[in-house]
Amino acid sequence: MKLIRLALPIWSLVLLCVLHASSSQEIQIVNAERRIDLSSHIVKVFLTLKIENTGTSPVSDVLLAFPPTQANHLALLKAQAATGKRKKKTFTFLDVYPAELPEGPNGTKYFSISLHSKLGAGEVVTLEVLYMLTHSLDPFPEEISQSESQLVYYRDSAILLSPYQVKQQITFIKTPSSKIESFSMVEPTNRAGAELKYGPYENHSPHSYSPVIIHFENNNPFAVVEELVREIEISHWGSIQITEQYKLAHAGARHKGVFSRVEYQSRPGHSGISSFRHLLARLPPRVHSVYYRDEIGNISSSHLRLDSKKSELEFEPRYPLFGGWKATFVIGYGLPLEDFLFELPDGKRYLNFSFGCPLVETVVNKLTVKVVLPEGSLDPSVDVPFPVEQYLEKKYSYLDVVGRTVVVLEKNNVVPEHNSPFQVYYHFNPIFMLAEPIMLTTTFFLLFITCVAYLHIDLSISK
Amino acid sequence: MADLSSDHAITKQDESLTSLPFDLDEALSFPVRYSSSDDSPVEGTPTEPDWHPVVMNFPAVDPDDSAGHCTVCMEGFRSSGEGGRRMPCGHAYHASCITTWLSLGHSATCQKQANYGHFVIGGRNPLRQVPARQVYNNSKSFFPSILDLDASPQRARTGPSFSAPPALPSETLNTSAGACARPSMSSPETASERTVRHAFGNVLAFFVLLLIGVLAFSIRLFSVIKYESVIHEFDPYFNYRVTQFLTKNGIYDFWNWFDDRTWYPLGRVIGGTVYPGLTLTAGTLWWVLHSLNIPLSVETVCVFTAPTFSAFASWATYLLTKEVKGPGAGLAAATLLGMVPSYISRSVAGSYDNEAVAIFALIFTFFLYIKTLNTGSLFYATLNAISYFYMVCSWGGYTFIINLIPIHVLLCIVTGRYSSRLYIAYAPLVVLGTLLAALVPVVGFNAVMTSEHFASFLVFIILHVVALVYYIKGILSPRMFKVAVTLVLSIGLAVCCAVIAILIAVVASSPTKGWSGRSLSLLDPTYASKYIPIIASVSEHQPPAWPSYFMDINVLAFLVPAGIIACFLPLSDASSFAVLYIVTSVYFSGVMVRLMLVLAPAACIMSGIALSEAFDALTGSIKFQLLGFSTENSQVGVGDASPDNAPAQKNAVKSDASENTLKDRTSRKNKKKEKERGKEEQGGQSSLQSQIKMRLQVLPLESSIIGVFLLIMLGAFYVVHCVWAAAEAYSAPSIVLTSHSQNGLHVFDDFREAYAWLRHNTEVDDKVASWWDYGYQTTAMANRTVIVDNNTWNNTHIATVGTAMSSPEKAAWEIFNSLDVKYVLVVFGGLVGYPSDDINKFLWMVRIGGGVFPHIKEPDYLRDGQYRIDSQATPTMLNCLMYKLSYYRFVDADGKGFDRVRQTEIGKKHFKLTHFEEVFTTHHWMVRIYKLKPPKNRIRGKAKKSKLKASSISSSKKSTKIKKNPWL
Repeated sequence: MKLIRLALPIWSLVLLCVLHASSSQEIQIVNAERRIDLSSHIVKVFLTLKIENTGTSPVSDVLLAFPPTQANHLALLKAQAATGKRKKKTFTFLDVYPAELPEGPNGTKYFSISLHSKLGAGEVVTLEVLYMLTHSLDPFPEEISQSESQLVYYRDSAILLSPYQVKQQITFIKTPSSKIESFSMVEPTNRAGAELKYGPYENHSPHSYSPVIIHFENNNPFAVVEELVREIEISHWGSIQITEQYKLAHAGARHKGVFSRVEYQSRPGHSGISSFRHLLARLPPRVHSVYYRDEIGNISSSHLRLDSKKSELEFEPRYPLFGGWKATFVIGYGLPLEDFLFELPDGKRYLNFSFGCPLVETVVNKLTVKVVLPEGSLDPSVDVPFPVEQYLEKKYSYLDVVGRTVVVLEKNNVVPEHNSPFQVYYHFNPIFMLAEPIMLTTTFFLLFITCVAYLHIDLSISK
Repeated sequence: MADLSSDHAITKQDESLTSLPFDLDEALSFPVRYSSSDDSPVEGTPTEPDWHPVVMNFPAVDPDDSAGHCTVCMEGFRSSGEGGRRMPCGHAYHASCITTWLSLGHSATCQKQANYGHFVIGGRNPLRQVPARQVYNNSKSFFPSILDLDASPQRARTGPSFSAPPALPSETLNTSAGACARPSMSSPETASERTVRHAFGNVLAFFVLLLIGVLAFSIRLFSVIKYESVIHEFDPYFNYRVTQFLTKNGIYDFWNWFDDRTWYPLGRVIGGTVYPGLTLTAGTLWWVLHSLNIPLSVETVCVFTAPTFSAFASWATYLLTKEVKGPGAGLAAATLLGMVPSYISRSVAGSYDNEAVAIFALIFTFFLYIKTLNTGSLFYATLNAISYFYMVCSWGGYTFIINLIPIHVLLCIVTGRYSSRLYIAYAPLVVLGTLLAALVPVVGFNAVMTSEHFASFLVFIILHVVALVYYIKGILSPRMFKVAVTLVLSIGLAVCCAVIAILIAVVASSPTKGWSGRSLSLLDPTYASKYIPIIASVSEHQPPAWPSYFMDINVLAFLVPAGIIACFLPLSDASSFAVLYIVTSVYFSGVMVRLMLVLAPAACIMSGIALSEAFDALTGSIKFQLLGFSTENSQVGVGDASPDNAPAQKNAVKSDASENTLKDRTSRKNKKKEKERGKEEQGGQSSLQSQIKMRLQVLPLESSIIGVFLLIMLGAFYVVHCVWAAAEAYSAPSIVLTSHSQNGLHVFDDFREAYAWLRHNTEVDDKVASWWDYGYQTTAMANRTVIVDNNTWNNTHIATVGTAMSSPEKAAWEIFNSLDVKYVLVVFGGLVGYPSDDINKFLWMVRIGGGVFPHIKEPDYLRDGQYRIDSQATPTMLNCLMYKLSYYRFVDADGKGFDRVRQTEIGKKHFKLTHFEEVFTTHHWMVRIYKLKPPKNRIRGKAKKSKLKASSISSSKKSTKIKKNPWL
């Protein structure tokens, strides 16, 4: 709704826009090509911008604009600069950060890409931007029965929202199948099979917006992990133990009415087509002691495939997930310590582990990563490639006395592309490894001493 | 310790004494008058002056400095004028008394003396300074032990001698503990050696016990290894849920917990209706572990509570059997109990039920009772009351204790075995125990008001009367006493009659005669099936079939009679209790298969006694045959060759003495054999030669070896059976089923699938109706409110659900709707052949429903006296809710509607549901969940009705049907 309101023609606003006047005046987008991939429930947008500095002074930052709804659902934003010709293209990653600017018209949010080298007057640079949106496909109808397939809306603008003048642009939208119920027409619009083409459009002024809505079939599993807690426990005795607690939900169109097992089993292609029952987790290689259970016991339907590069755990929740159904489960596994824990020359140790959720093609609404350092660790510090919330906790595990330091990292709206490694640095004195064995030995020693003493002391009052 | 030092004193006094080959224990079994002395008086001095030659060798006691008196005749040494002789144990007796005693000592007619003679006659017991734990009712062990483990009353004879080569551990397993009890008559060096040996025996016994504990624990882990660490079955889920609540909210909230998840809309006061022992135990375990920062989950603690307490129970069995028949039998009984299938069936890992801790509490309470009875110690009596309190906390079966112990007390009184120890053992138990029991909310005033407890009070009164009589008898002269007896008897009888009449009147005024239904069904096995179908509907409340005895206690069933015989030889207070325990528990196990569990410890104790006695006899013969004959020539060799008389044997042996030893030992062997085999008759031989021959009649070597071999085979068979039972029969958690097929193991995890679905995909406050079997699981695993559950306290409520299940769809909808039910859960095994599904339980739904609501008539569901669901089924059956919910669209699954449990095609294949809709069916169709359609459908139906007259007639018919319904 908000989007549609936003979508009112805003030509008049353009002139009023005083935001970042200098850069918006000085940069223009020569060519913009957008490819929107709607084949799963994570919307992936590849944006190629050819930017020219039309001003006189060099610029170092390029702004990207997003409508507020998209900005809220934006999970990932990456940009890279392409240099060189077609085959010899090399890419350099650029820093992207939310622009410290007042909000644009109708709440437009900006992100700023800082270029490595300043763009001189008249120079041209090609930027490739990838961003991902989650929860952007709205099922309609909102409730479907078992035999129906799932239809969703996707809303966007046919014209790239940008604070700059766009000379020429084109948008391709790829849907999972050719079953498209309807789509908005903004001439010229073409449809070829599972692909829609909006454009090319010429010469649109800054902050142009032309809302389109596409209604199409998407039966891909809308697997959303509402909450995931990953606990990574380091033991310097040679193992890393990972426990992942999932709250999984099917975020697609809600299931309505009857669930008939006989239909689900006899017509697997037609009945419950938008539901899913298999999930795949990509685990690191050399994984061992894998378990899969929930609060009432083991779940027996899982397969683990091990090879030298990766391990794949294919598992099923207890029941197939239809729209709106939920399930919780825990996956745990152990990993050899030497694969993930390294020592710096200065004696510091660091854990190098992947951040995101190991399930493929799932969105995590709230991810909490807890790194449990061994007892006696000092000065933990974290290096994560994207902004996360972090704080420290204490945890008491087997026979701990002072407790273990836990580094907690929290991030919302995580997509599989966040599965990049992060590092936790800390100091650890190996003598602490012996604390618990020594404690146990002492206790038993004292116990035996007490027994011996008791047996040798005559406590009776009278002989 | 004190006794040992006195022994040293003796050895220093008279060095030659140390070479005496006398074994008092053997002397005790001196069988000279074994068969002929049956009529001889128990007390009194011997007529023949010929003292036992051995007695003559003992140092004389100076009448002046011996403070005590002879404990056989209870007279002082000076007063009788007869000189005392000091025994190796340090006690002094009249020479004539001890000779008589030694000659009579082992005969069965000397029971009274055996009990009273050596140790205890009230406060006049000269051995009061002996630590309490060394005092035994059976006085054969004259030698106080150093450690508790050694305190073997009967087994002291066995064990290797010093000079004998070191015994194999297996040989000493049963016997070494007993052997260590011997006081030293040898030189100081050997004494220190002996101390080492004592320690060795103790340590060995300790490790054997430890291993038994490990065995008892680990044999119960098959369920975890083969399946998973999960709570089993039905009731354990409730206990688990309560424990979760306890660990989360603390003890005070637990007592005040009103559970609104169950018995909707009634709810249940958990704190006041549950036996809290198990929950508190597991909660405490969890709390201790957490305070040590061992983060085990509540579930893990609950799963492993039962195996842990099984280990405790086998230790308690050791203690109890040791009190009855010595440590050898104790170890054997503990081993047997550690793996008895009957107990395993209730205590595998995950079987988190009351019985898991209650059996331990039961055995331990019995142990403490026997211990108190043997020692007369108030300390143990107090412990006994506390242990009884724990039992009351844990299980409703505590009534078994509070009835069995009074019966035993009564038995002791009737057979003239009253003693102050009996008083100490019983009176504090009743007073303290009743007070403590009344503290448990679920028992409360029942501890004094229900008939189950009356026996204990009655016996309490009788005991006091008897105590009073004994006291008066002590202070009055015999003539006065007679007068007093007649006086008291006449008055007392009148009062008693009046009291009993009042009591009977009070009791008879209550409909169940003051007994709870379950107790009544125990006393009258036909009671439940006649009046309480709910109790009868539970399979574990049925009488067992004969094979279940073989399944559950296996070879113990054959060993028990032997054990009972052994208990009578000789009969002591403790062994009479063991006999009473086995007799009553055999009866109870015959009434209810569930109470096989109570039989199991008794059977283990009896079999342990039987086995250890048999092993003693056989290994004794073997040792004698192997070593005894080979050393006939050499005197030194005899000393070497007396492994089972160990500690008393010396290096230098006088030849005649050695002959004596030989004779004594042989005779003892004979006696053993008689006990075990009952074969040999030894009476009437007069000549010395024939006596020697008779004594030499030990079992032949070959038959002894074969006997040992057969016993080992028997044990091996038992072990194999137990392991099989633990691994295959009793480990299945019953919430997850497996089947073996060509493709390997197939897992049926449908129950948890359904419960997980309910948990995550229904509203928190939705009410789920199902047959009561699944109530506990639904609340624990699905966390949803249920209408009825396995705590079958409200018959009407269960009958309502039963009525709904057996009613037509519309009427059932009305009932369920009136109970706010949103989902109905049925268990259906027809697709995969799971036999204990709701259709097979349906007769109980009809029977229980019909018992309260008469419009449900069982004959309406029966064709030819059978419940049928095929084409022969009655229309009432085919239209009832249970049939419809079970078989809805079943025909679409396989095309024919073939029910694999009933092995037939169903009667009505195509039908529609009008008031319910299927919302979930598990993978193998074992659980089907239906939702009540919302009432607005009805309104639409009424609107149609106004248009169509025909339908209005039919619906009015329906509404008249509904009027029969109790819920309208």
